[in-house]
Amino acid sequence: MARVVVDVVLKPEILDPQGQAIVGALGRLGIHGVADVRQGKHFELDVDDSVDDQTVVKLADTLLANPVIENFTIRRD
Amino acid sequence: MTSGEFSVDTVEHAASTPEQPQPFAELGMSEDEYQRVRAILGRRPTSSELAIYSVMWSEHCSYKSSRVHLKQFAEKKPPEAPGEQILLVGMGENAGVVDVGDGWAVTFKIESHNHPSYVEPHQGAATGVGGIVRDILTMGARPIAVMDSLRFGRMEADDTARVLPGVVAGIGGYGNCLGLPNIGGEVYFDESYAGNPLVNALCVGVMRADGIKLAKADGPGNKVVLFGARTGGDGIGGASVLASATFEAAGKTKRPSVQVGDPFAEKVLIECCLEIFAADLVVGIQDLGAAGLSCATTELAAAGTGGMEIDLDLAPLRDPTLVPEEILMSESQERMMAVVTPEHLDAFMAVCAKWDVTATVIGTVTAVEPDQAERGGRLRMRWHGQTIVDLPPRTAANEGPVYNRAIERPADQDALVRSDGSSLPRPRTSDELRATLLRLVGSPNLADKSWITDQYDRFVMGNTVLAQPEDSGMVRLDDSTERGVALAVDGNGRYTALDPYVGAQLALAEAYRNVATTGARPLAVTNCLNFGSPEDPAVMWQFSEAVRGLADGCQALGVPVTGGNVSFYNQTGSKAILPTPVIGVLGVIDDVNRRTPQGFRTDGASIYLLGETRDEFGGSEWAHVVHDYLGGSPPAVDLGREKLLAGVLTQASREDLIDCAHDLAEAGLSQALVESCLRLGAGARIILPENVDPFVMLFAESTGRAIVSVPRATETRFTHLCDARGLPFTHIGVVDLLMSSIEFQRLFEVSLRELHDASTSTISQRFE
Amino acid sequence: MTFPGSLDDRDAARAIRIAGGEAVPLWHADPSLHDVDGVVLPGGFSYGDYLRCGAIARFAPVMQSVIAGARDGLPVLGICNGFQVLCESHLLPGALIRNDNRKFVCREQLLRIENNRTRWTSDYDEAQEVIIPIKNGEGGFVADDRTIDELEAEGRVVARYLEGNPNGSYRAIAGICNAEGNVVGLMPHPEHAVEQLTGPSVDGLPFFLSLIGVTA
Repeated sequence: MARVVVDVVLKPEILDPQGQAIVGALGRLGIHGVADVRQGKHFELDVDDSVDDQTVVKLADTLLANPVIENFTIRRD
Repeated sequence: MTSGEFSVDTVEHAASTPEQPQPFAELGMSEDEYQRVRAILGRRPTSSELAIYSVMWSEHCSYKSSRVHLKQFAEKKPPEAPGEQILLVGMGENAGVVDVGDGWAVTFKIESHNHPSYVEPHQGAATGVGGIVRDILTMGARPIAVMDSLRFGRMEADDTARVLPGVVAGIGGYGNCLGLPNIGGEVYFDESYAGNPLVNALCVGVMRADGIKLAKADGPGNKVVLFGARTGGDGIGGASVLASATFEAAGKTKRPSVQVGDPFAEKVLIECCLEIFAADLVVGIQDLGAAGLSCATTELAAAGTGGMEIDLDLAPLRDPTLVPEEILMSESQERMMAVVTPEHLDAFMAVCAKWDVTATVIGTVTAVEPDQAERGGRLRMRWHGQTIVDLPPRTAANEGPVYNRAIERPADQDALVRSDGSSLPRPRTSDELRATLLRLVGSPNLADKSWITDQYDRFVMGNTVLAQPEDSGMVRLDDSTERGVALAVDGNGRYTALDPYVGAQLALAEAYRNVATTGARPLAVTNCLNFGSPEDPAVMWQFSEAVRGLADGCQALGVPVTGGNVSFYNQTGSKAILPTPVIGVLGVIDDVNRRTPQGFRTDGASIYLLGETRDEFGGSEWAHVVHDYLGGSPPAVDLGREKLLAGVLTQASREDLIDCAHDLAEAGLSQALVESCLRLGAGARIILPENVDPFVMLFAESTGRAIVSVPRATETRFTHLCDARGLPFTHIGVVDLLMSSIEFQRLFEVSLRELHDASTSTISQRFE
Repeated sequence: MTFPGSLDDRDAARAIRIAGGEAVPLWHADPSLHDVDGVVLPGGFSYGDYLRCGAIARFAPVMQSVIAGARDGLPVLGICNGFQVLCESHLLPGALIRNDNRKFVCREQLLRIENNRTRWTSDYDEAQEVIIPIKNGEGGFVADDRTIDELEAEGRVVARYLEGNPNGSYRAIAGICNAEGNVVGLMPHPEHAVEQLTGPSVDGLPFFLSLIGVTA
C-alpha cells in the first residue's frame, strides 16, 4: 500500500473567513509577523497499485476538491 | 490503561484473589461504598464491575446526595382528579410524559452539561443538547423543539469571551443540524459563574399517548441490540469524575476528556428510531448517556422482568485497543440500546441498514430465578469467553448509596437578609429615572440577545408559533392538529441566595406565569437544580430549602414535577455558585391560533397592569446593575395570585379579549413596557398611578403581574373578567402606533430609537 | 427529496400541499423519480455537511436521474442545502462557502425577486420585494467575476438580498437559475413562509404556486 496526500485550499480570489479569523487570533496571541492565513484540508489516502496518478487526479478533482473554488496538490509519499 | 499484554480481570480470578488492592478511590468511590459492593457480590468486584459501580454510584448517576430531598416531588404530587389524569409517566424514567389531550402526549425534560462546557465550550454544550434529545427520543417521541438556559461569568470578563461564543455555537451547531427549532431560553451573567458556566438544555417531544416506550428488559430470549455510533474513548471517567468533583481535584488518573458529538449521526439515529417505533419493533429502549454501557445495561436489566447477558466483545468499537473497563465507562455519543424480540429482529436491522446505522446484537435477556427477582435478576458480561461481570443490576441502578448530607443554615444568612439595601440611593428626578431606565435596558442581563439567538434555527419543522423573545416558546404539535404546547424556563440565583425556599418558588412562578401569558394552560414541571458541593452543609441547606420550596410550590399550583436533573459541585475553587434552580414549565393550548403574543400592535388599545406593586428590591436587577448589591429578601411570592392571574390570562386569550400580553419579571414594569414597545416598534403613552413612588412603580420586581393590551371593543368584558375573578388591575396607558417613543407622562419620554440602540448594542459589541 | 440529514423535506412537502400540489417523497437511494412534475432539493445538512455541503449528496443514486431530468427541462428547485447540491452537481455555476461573519444566521430577510420568468418564480411580480426566512452557516454565494457578470447580463439572478447581506454572498445574490430557467437555486427558505401562523409572511408560497399552478 502506498500513501497519497492531497491538499486542498481555497483559490486565492475566494474570501476565506476562517483564515481571516485565524490571523486575528494570532494577533491576540501576540504573534504579529503573520500577514495572511488560508485554511484548507489535508487528505491522506492509503492506495494499492491499481490507483494510478490519473485516478488520483480524477478523485481529487471530482470529490475531494470543488474546482470552482478550490485548488489541490497531490504528493506521493 | 492500554492493552498489550493485558489480561482481563474475570469473576473467577476476583473470587480467588480477595486481597488484591483496587483503585476504588481514584474512581471516586468511598471506602464504605467499596465495602458495600464486596458485600453485595460476596467477593471483591472485578475491575469491570468496579467500573460499573463507580459510575452508577457517582453523584451524577445515583443522585445519592439529593434523593432524600427529591422524593418530596412524589410525596407532594398534586392530586389528579379521576378523568383528569395527565401524568402518563412520572419521575424515574428517562423523561416524564404528560397527556395533552386528543390522544397526544408530550415528553419534556431539562438537563445540565455544566462542567464539560467550561472545559470545551463548543463540544460541552453540543453534547449536552445531544444527550437531552436522546432522553426524549428514547421515550418513543419525535423531538420537536429545544430551549436552553445559560449562565456565564461577568460579560466583560476575558473568560466569558472564550466560553460564551463556543457554547452558543455548540448549541446552534448541534440543534440546527438535528433540525430542532430553538424556541427560547435565557442568558444571564454573574461573576459567581465565572469558573463554572451553567448550560441547561431542554428538549420536548411529541407522540401519540399509546406510543410510549419504556426502558426495560422483558422477555427471556429477547435480543439486546446496541445501535448508533461506534464506541470510542470519549469521556472515560467523565461521569464519575467530572460531575462528582471539582476541576482542581483532578489527579493523574482523572482524564477530563470531553465527549465529542456528531449531530448528523444523531439525526439519522432519530429517523431510524422513529421508524422503529412506528413499526412497534422494540420491547424496551434506553439511550446511552452518562455512564454509557454501564448505565444502559444495568438500567434495562433492573427494570422489567428479565436479567441480561452481554458479550462485550461484540460491541462495535471505534478504537480497537479499548479494554472492557473503558468500553463500559465510555460516553461516546449517539448510541442507543434496544430490547427486540427474535421475530422483530430482522425488521429492526433492516431499518438500521436503511439509515446506515450500525446495529449489533450484543446480548440476550435472561430468565430470572425467583430468588434473584428482587434485585432484577443477574447482569452477566463476557469478554473473550470469560465472565467479567456478574452482578444484580438493581444494586447498581437503583440501590445506590443514599446520603443524608449535613445541613446547616449559613452563619451569615441572617446578616445577608438584614442588609436589605434600604439605604441604597434611589433615582428621584425625572432625569435620574430616565437614565436608570436606559441603563437597565442596556445592562447585560436585560439586553437584547439576538446576537445569540440568531444563531439558532427557529423555523425548522414549520410548527413554531412563538419563539424568543416571546414569553414562551410555543409549537404546534403536528400539521394535523391545532393543538400546541408552550414552554418557559426561568431561574434566579440572586433571589435563591437570599432565600432558597422562596427563590425556587419565584422561578417556578415566573415560568408558570410566562406560559399562561401566552395563552397556554400550565400542566407540568421539569427542573435543573444547579448547586455547589453537597459536602458543604451550607449548600445542602440551600438545596434542601429550594427542593422543599419547589415541591410545595408545585403542589400549590397544581403542576407536578415530571422529572429533572441535579447538578452538584458547581463552584470555582471552594466558592459555590449562587444556588440556581432552573425551572421549566410546560403548558398546553387547544388552538395555537389563539396564542397571545408580546408586542403592542393595536393603535389606541388600553394598556392595563394586572396585579399589585410593592416596594421590593431585594435581589433586584436595579440593585445589581446600579449598586452591585445583593441583600435583603427577594420579592414576596403569592402562588394563589399567580393561579388567579394565569386563569385570567388564559381565559382572556381563549375569548380573544386581549391582543397581547407580557409578564413582569426582572426590572419590573419598565422592562416589560420597553420590550412590548420594541417588539413591533409601537409607541405608548403611560400614566403611572399618582400615589405611588415612580421608582417603585417602574423598577420593583413584585410578582404576580403582567401587562396586557386590550382593544377598546373588548375592554369592558376584560375588566369585568378581572373584577369577577378578583384580580386587581390598573389602567396605565394607551398604545400609540404613530409615536416613536414611550412617554411616561409628567416624568420623561424616551425614543424607541434610543431604547433600541441601548438594548441591541450590548451583547453584539462585546462578542462580535 | 430526502438525503440522510435533510431537514426541511417535510416543510417543503407541506408547502407543496398548501399550494395545492401532491407531495411525492423521493429517497436518495432510489434512482426513480416516480414521474414527478418537479423536484425540490430541501434544506438541511445532508451527510452532515461532511467534506463540503452537498458534495456527497451530489453522488446519490437519485441524483443521476435528477441531473438527467434537469438537462431535459424538469423543474428543479434547490433550497439552501439543495442549492449547494445543485452547484456541486454543476447544474448551476458557482459555489456556496462559509458565511463571512462565520456564524450561523437565522432571520427574516427582505429579498427582491429579480427574475419572474423561471418555472419557480412565474407567480411573482417583477422586482417584487418579499420577506422570507434565511437560516444558514454556509450561504455565501461565490463565483469568478466572469461567471457573475454572465449571470447578471443574462438575468439569471433570481433573488437578491436587500437591507443587509446576511452571509457575504457576492453581489448580494440570494438565488440563481440556469439558462433554461427550469433549475433554480435559492439560499432563503420559501417553505417557511407559507403560513401566517408560523412564518413572517406567506411570501414564499408563490415559489410553489408557480409550478403547481402551471401543471394543474
